[in-house]
Amino acid sequence: MSRAGLLPETAAVHWRPRADKRRLLVSGRLWTLTTLAHTVPFLVAAGVLAALEPLSFPVGLAAVAHAWAIPELYAQRGANVVRPRRRGAEAPERTALGLLGDLVGHDARELHGRTGLVPERGALGVWLVGEAGALLVRPGGRRVHCWCVRVDADLPSADRTAHLLLALREDEAGFATVANLAFSGARWRVRRRMGAAMRPALDAAARLPKSLA
Amino acid sequence: MGRLIRMDHTGHTTLAEWSAGDAASVERAVAEFRAQLDQGHYAVVSTGEGQAEQVSELPLQADLVILRRPIAGG
Repeated sequence: MSRAGLLPETAAVHWRPRADKRRLLVSGRLWTLTTLAHTVPFLVAAGVLAALEPLSFPVGLAAVAHAWAIPELYAQRGANVVRPRRRGAEAPERTALGLLGDLVGHDARELHGRTGLVPERGALGVWLVGEAGALLVRPGGRRVHCWCVRVDADLPSADRTAHLLLALREDEAGFATVANLAFSGARWRVRRRMGAAMRPALDAAARLPKSLA
Repeated sequence: MGRLIRMDHTGHTTLAEWSAGDAASVERAVAEFRAQLDQGHYAVVSTGEGQAEQVSELPLQADLVILRRPIAGG
């Protein structure tokens, strides 16, 4: 049994602390520290090798490549949460799109038509809701949290998005608690890993948080 | 006139329609609503711009009640 106003799915992850602004701030910093911990040792190793033995530069280059690739892989993982999935039959997709269109305003409908993502303002920032995940652009627009969350059912694409959108509207903090955090980091790192068609949605979301409290 | 719809593989299916003055339609809608909840659906009504509320009883005054499946972390 769920408590009023709380997303019932949070009961399935009862061990997780409920998401809030402070926890998002902490998790964002932990992601940054983790990234540094993955990259700095490789860069230091490359520098030390170059200082001790210049002829070891191929090994140093490999270390630098690792330092570059690891954060890129994480950013790719983040961008993947909103990667479009396989489309179903046309008629159900059209019907589902009609319902999703009824749930959002004109601007959101237009952005979804262009990018496949539905923007939704929340207390934690601006969300971009996709079929199997959502991006949260934090106030200021510089950091993005990438959440992997889905509905286990055979549904048209727009219905999957509508499921996530309704759950988000029911309980934003609960939604962020249920979803799995796939990545948190700089917006530009996620942006360049997204499909070109989706990038305008991230740009639009980044302009909105400045006016949030 | 209220409408109970379920998001499913067809896009969505209208399961019941009712009007407050028609007791038979309300009874059918309530029965269908409960059956869907028993099957694991959650019922949601929009309560304003960007807001929605989960309901466990059919809100007879609502224009649209949407049934959704549970979500989970991916």
